[in-house]
Amino acid sequence: MRAFSYEKVADPAAAAARAAEVEGAKFLAGGTNLLDLMKLEIETPVHLIDVNGLGLDEVTETEDGGLRIGTLVTNTALSADERVRRDYPVLTRAIAAGASGQLRNKATTGGNLLQRTRCPYFYDTAMPCNKREPGSGCGALTEGAFSRQLGVIGTSDNCIATHPSDMAVAMRVLDATVETVTPNGMTRRIPLEEFHLLPGDTPQEENALMPGELITHVTLPAPVGGTQKYHKARDRASYAFALVSVALIRQPDGSGRVALGGVAPKPWRSDEADAELPNGARAVMAHLLEGARPTEENAFKITLAERALAAMLAEE
Amino acid sequence: MTPPIEFEIRRRTLLAGSAAIAMSAGLRPASAQDGAAASTPAGDSTTTVTLTVNGEPRELTVDNRVTLLDALREHLELTGTKKGCDHGQCGACTCTVNGERINSCLSLAVMHDGDEVETIEGIGTPEQMDPMQAAFVENDGFQCGYCTPGQISSARKVIEEIRAGIPSHVTGDLNAEIAITDAEIRERMSGNICRCGAYANILAAITQVAEDQA
Repeated sequence: MRAFSYEKVADPAAAAARAAEVEGAKFLAGGTNLLDLMKLEIETPVHLIDVNGLGLDEVTETEDGGLRIGTLVTNTALSADERVRRDYPVLTRAIAAGASGQLRNKATTGGNLLQRTRCPYFYDTAMPCNKREPGSGCGALTEGAFSRQLGVIGTSDNCIATHPSDMAVAMRVLDATVETVTPNGMTRRIPLEEFHLLPGDTPQEENALMPGELITHVTLPAPVGGTQKYHKARDRASYAFALVSVALIRQPDGSGRVALGGVAPKPWRSDEADAELPNGARAVMAHLLEGARPTEENAFKITLAERALAAMLAEE
Repeated sequence: MTPPIEFEIRRRTLLAGSAAIAMSAGLRPASAQDGAAASTPAGDSTTTVTLTVNGEPRELTVDNRVTLLDALREHLELTGTKKGCDHGQCGACTCTVNGERINSCLSLAVMHDGDEVETIEGIGTPEQMDPMQAAFVENDGFQCGYCTPGQISSARKVIEEIRAGIPSHVTGDLNAEIAITDAEIRERMSGNICRCGAYANILAAITQVAEDQA
């Protein structure tokens, strides 16, 4: 691990200002993903700004009947929050499907959104990776590469990594908004839909945050009701990343929303696909995965996504 | 044939040697960095923190890179907490901070100023074992024992987490009381790996403690 200096700051705006001022600085929240990557020298911050203790660890109710989740609320606390369990069960289900008990106790809401991909070529510093080292190439797109876990849609010729979060998939289906403080102290609201970027020619740019900008909250609109489910297909029964995950909200009239995890660089959802929900899983996936470019190793994800949704619809 | 004692000495010498190499590779001083502005820390590379470990306040001045796990093992000489993968995958380093189980390998010591840490040394002693430790012994919940401190630290909290109503991936009704079942225990213990494969007996030990407490 590279040497770094460390500081605590007085409030979120001060944290953002400091992060913009110190070159090579990063925020430290739960640290579960950042420290892992620092040990491998994939992340090499020279300065860490510890944002723990800034009072961003509460879930409060908004005026329009929704929830405002502090960025430091742990995965465990959020999944166990009585209001989340009752009104946003897809979020509890998604969080409980991710990581391990120990990690969920430390991992935070903002950190979960900002976690890096688990693409094996991003992690293997002996291999090329356009995300880790822009311009070096994509190890996952070389002949004979292992791409079983990787993306099938929204990817590019430069990167086929997926966003690994379960929580974000549920938040996407719930129309969450990311709230930030910028280095000049302004509040900004970014719909989750626009928060994660597609790789294109710049896979190293992963989100809409400007340098120094700090996530302070994630807000959820008023509960939408319906039957809410999260199905995660993976290679072991627990503590593994999704091959495909499906977040589903279905209303009594058959309408609803669908978002996918494990297939793309961001939680994957479209209005056109949502509108097909009354017509069944095949109709939804025909729209949602239209234009997919899987590899030979991960083409099964297209079928798996459709079957997973079909199984969820058949359960009721 | 080499007598076991000599092998033990050789093995320890070798381990100490490779540990020193690992330390020098892993903890390069700031002055050995590339020299570019962005690779120079903006301030001190050490920090002083006070942790309460097993009820005792301990003040430490550590390199900012030192994990909570290494602070416990190398600075406070509490070697009960084990280093397995050092990447949060195996759970051998599990201990509790402010009453919650975490992977101590994925947390920096400097993040824990003022925190209360409990390690396996604080849970019980050979003379006065915690009920979970006694149940692991009674049920043969281990073979080599390396993962055991992490398993026990995790297991004690798993029962508490179920009783506190924290849902898991296998919980049925999210708004009802959670029953302590095999499926709940297995799911919640998935962050603790046992290479000897003592899982069936670990499950028996945890179940026994949960039933005794009920």
